[in-house]
Amino acid sequence: MSSSVLFDAPGPRGRRRQTVGNVVGVVVVLGVLAWMLVVLNTKGQFSADLWQPALDARAWQSYYVPGLVNTLRAAAFATVGAVVFGIVFGMGRLSHLRAVRWVSSVAVEFFRAVPVLMMMIFFNALFGFFFREVVAEPAFTAVVVALILYNGSVIAELVRSGVNNLPRGQGEAGLSIGLTRGQTLRSVQLPQALIAMLPAVVSQLVVVLKDSALGQLIAYGELLRSAQVLQSGSGNPLQTLFVAAVLFILLNALLSWVAHRLARRLSSRTSGRTDEGPGIGPSIAMRAGGGIPQT
Amino acid sequence: MDDDYLSGFTALLVQYDVLGAFWTNIQLTFFGALLALVVGTVLAVMRISPLPSLAWAGGAYVNIVRNTPLTVIMTFLVLGAWTQLGLSLSTNFTWNFFWFGVVGLGFYHASFVCEAIRAGVNTVPVGQAEAARAIGLPFLSAARLVILPQAFRGAIAPLGNTLIALLKNSTVAAAASVTWETSSVMKTMIEFQPNYIWEIFLTFAIGYVILVIPIGLLTTWMSNRLAVKR
Repeated sequence: MSSSVLFDAPGPRGRRRQTVGNVVGVVVVLGVLAWMLVVLNTKGQFSADLWQPALDARAWQSYYVPGLVNTLRAAAFATVGAVVFGIVFGMGRLSHLRAVRWVSSVAVEFFRAVPVLMMMIFFNALFGFFFREVVAEPAFTAVVVALILYNGSVIAELVRSGVNNLPRGQGEAGLSIGLTRGQTLRSVQLPQALIAMLPAVVSQLVVVLKDSALGQLIAYGELLRSAQVLQSGSGNPLQTLFVAAVLFILLNALLSWVAHRLARRLSSRTSGRTDEGPGIGPSIAMRAGGGIPQT
Repeated sequence: MDDDYLSGFTALLVQYDVLGAFWTNIQLTFFGALLALVVGTVLAVMRISPLPSLAWAGGAYVNIVRNTPLTVIMTFLVLGAWTQLGLSLSTNFTWNFFWFGVVGLGFYHASFVCEAIRAGVNTVPVGQAEAARAIGLPFLSAARLVILPQAFRGAIAPLGNTLIALLKNSTVAAAASVTWETSSVMKTMIEFQPNYIWEIFLTFAIGYVILVIPIGLLTTWMSNRLAVKR
């Protein structure tokens, strides 16, 4: 019945042992959870005095909702920018001009190797110190630019591998009807590669959303920052951070679900493989050797 | 004037102990990776075990942790666990933050290690597990002697990616008040010497490129070399 590689459908004795093991497992898991709740309770963490300021209307109106709006705003700008950056540099890496290929490769490898937080701190200082008149919101712009550079580089790799994973016949067919290599790339390979990589791009949104929380460290007023400002007034970091974490997890779970659905639906629209991509799922397995970090 | 500029920059590098900052990140990465490997392997065994309760608990852990920003986890450890609950990992004030950083990095990346190993298990052909069962090995022995050795070899590429991510994410320990790691040191340096901003950023950025690229090359080489040829 089970499709697992590792074990057969168990016989009567195996079933009995599994039942016993399962009961022990349930007891252990529930025991750990109960122990954590008891410890939290003895430290008075369930008192209404702590939870009420973390959950009342004021907290939502003045902190969580504006924070969430800022998080989504940064993520939206970063997503659009990263897709454009990724397509441009992904095509650059596939170009038959050596100079273009080389420049694109260096840029993509560089921005994938530098920590996002480091880029955020740098751009925040750069915009804040030297471009005060041009950039109205240094922190917001720094978050968006850093996210574009990193996630755009990851998407550039997705574009490249998407085109490379198409059946060879697609490119050959384009060339044989007299298209140039550039035309083949743009009108035959890229459209199919883009559909194939769409689920992976949606998975990458999870990374964008998670990394936008780094904006907290350069004082950008996103969700985590709001939760932190809120707790500094009411002294309940555990509770406000819990609310913020739940919001992040719900948003990301929603995105992961969308990516999963897209991967299933789109597979009939392209000759490429529609993977959910590095952000989630065991699909990292399938592209062994594909050097895409997923966090 | 050029000499002044250069010597000023060199003095800056010495004054702020840039190498020491990188050493901190390497230490964070080392201990974080050890913790992530141990916790991640346990989670992976739980997820592939025939016991639904353990598989469910492992899956829940992975899905919750993977969808939580690391920054939230770090902030939570320092503000929630340390300030509010009074937990502490070391009697030394500064090392306490360091170990919180390690714990945050380890438990966050454990979920990715788990998925990498599970992905490795998926590369093992069904025939291998069937052969193990046919010669009478029970689940744990089959996992230990037949499946996991091959799975680890198939998991090297995703594990290498996780290690690279861990190294880069070690800068997020700044959110756990590890103020002597690279991103915090870079921030301080830029704030005190804004006229050297490009040089400072490029120094740190190239430092990471130098650290990341060998890990990528090494894991690609190892995964090609150790991959079970089929």
